[in-house]
Amino acid sequence: MATTEEIQTGLAEILEEVAGVLPADATPEKSFTEDLDVDSLSMVEIATAVEDKFGVAIPDDELANIRTVGDAVSFIEKNQS
Amino acid sequence: MSDVVVTGLGATTPLGGDVASSWAALLEGRSGIGLLSEEWAAQMPARVIGRLAVEPSEHIDRVKARRLDRCQQVALLAAREAWADAGQPEVDPERLAVVVGTGVGGALTMLFQDDVLEESGPTRVSPLTIPMLMPNGPSAAVGLELGARAGVHTPVSACAAGSEGIALALDLIRAGRADVAVAGGAEACIHPLPMAGFSRMRALSTRNDDPEHASRPFDKGRDGFVLGEGAGLVVLERADFARARGAHIYAVLAGAGVSNDSFDMVQPHPEGALAALAIRLALRDAGIDASEVGHVNVHATATPVGDVAEAGAILSALGDGAAVAGTKSMTGHMLGASGAVEAIFTILALRDQIVPGTQNADDLDDDPRVQALDIVRGASRKTALRAALNDSFGFGGHNVALVFTAA
Repeated sequence: MATTEEIQTGLAEILEEVAGVLPADATPEKSFTEDLDVDSLSMVEIATAVEDKFGVAIPDDELANIRTVGDAVSFIEKNQS
Repeated sequence: MSDVVVTGLGATTPLGGDVASSWAALLEGRSGIGLLSEEWAAQMPARVIGRLAVEPSEHIDRVKARRLDRCQQVALLAAREAWADAGQPEVDPERLAVVVGTGVGGALTMLFQDDVLEESGPTRVSPLTIPMLMPNGPSAAVGLELGARAGVHTPVSACAAGSEGIALALDLIRAGRADVAVAGGAEACIHPLPMAGFSRMRALSTRNDDPEHASRPFDKGRDGFVLGEGAGLVVLERADFARARGAHIYAVLAGAGVSNDSFDMVQPHPEGALAALAIRLALRDAGIDASEVGHVNVHATATPVGDVAEAGAILSALGDGAAVAGTKSMTGHMLGASGAVEAIFTILALRDQIVPGTQNADDLDDDPRVQALDIVRGASRKTALRAALNDSFGFGGHNVALVFTAA
């Protein structure tokens, strides 16, 4: 089980790889689309990378509800097995 | 009708990562052809290849590059170079058009994602698959980069696509639909499937033991083309628009001619009758006489049938007075990019008053049509030029001829 901090760090790495977001900018309150300029196609790529890294699949309808970095961290934390 | 002028050039080719290095290599007679180094090449009958001299993804921001197919990457790089070369014209975005032709567009993405689909299933296919594989991807990438809003177009006409891009842009400007257009072609599809397909048509040279001499336009020993990759784009402007902003003018795009063989899907008309028609139409459009054309950058891919048919077309439409250069001997065949890159070489020939030498045409074909042409072989030739022509032909019977005149 990854800790909140490990999830936060891992997600920041994914964001940097897929969308070029600097790790320092990937803070919990940031909105993917409004603050980090991550588009919907990149969100799908991020979801795939999250599944690879944390073993947590994000269904499409859940992905639509994930607005901020913090939302994603919480979702991964709750659903990891 | 206003003249249309060329004010910017951009290219990435097997000879160099930009126009200047490609042109310098061409005039020196250097070869951009090598051998495939990939593991899959071992089972290919043809392993000679014209790989880009400069890896495009290394010159594009990493995050941007991973969202672009290789053919979009090369188009983007050529567009950036051409636009900077033109001095980044200040033009109303609604008066700026883009026309980038391609043979197969993002074939590499389609093939790679098909592997992903087969190996890992549909949920692992990239969400970027469609925007990367669509044939209008290169033109759209250029349009997005430049903010072009007068229309972004994609002629898909195999190996004539790059020339057709320039011909269509000429029409757009003349029709008053744009003041400036960025036009040409892009191709990057080096992969075992296209290579196997071309090989099964007996279209590719198998001179694997001597790659630099594999592409042999008009030579008796020619045995097919060498697949290449690249992009070439030019900035075209209405002449009065270019002059008003004090732009440097390379040449006038004086005319274009387009025809179709409608004879066979892939075989050229053996007499080159419709290719000759495209050349005549281009001359008529330009309002010049055949005798004024001092140089032709030919299509000449080094297939046995195609080169002879083209020689016939040139003889019948232009006579034997023009100095002929077959530059695929050095670049290989960049398919949908070739016509545009060769148009750039034609423009530079006019600027520098020099005709590049055709390489590897050591022992000319005995056909009298080939024998009658003034093929510049070996070293480049300094000569006075006022008008020059570039022709390109594609599977599907497409014929395009472009006439440029000195600025």
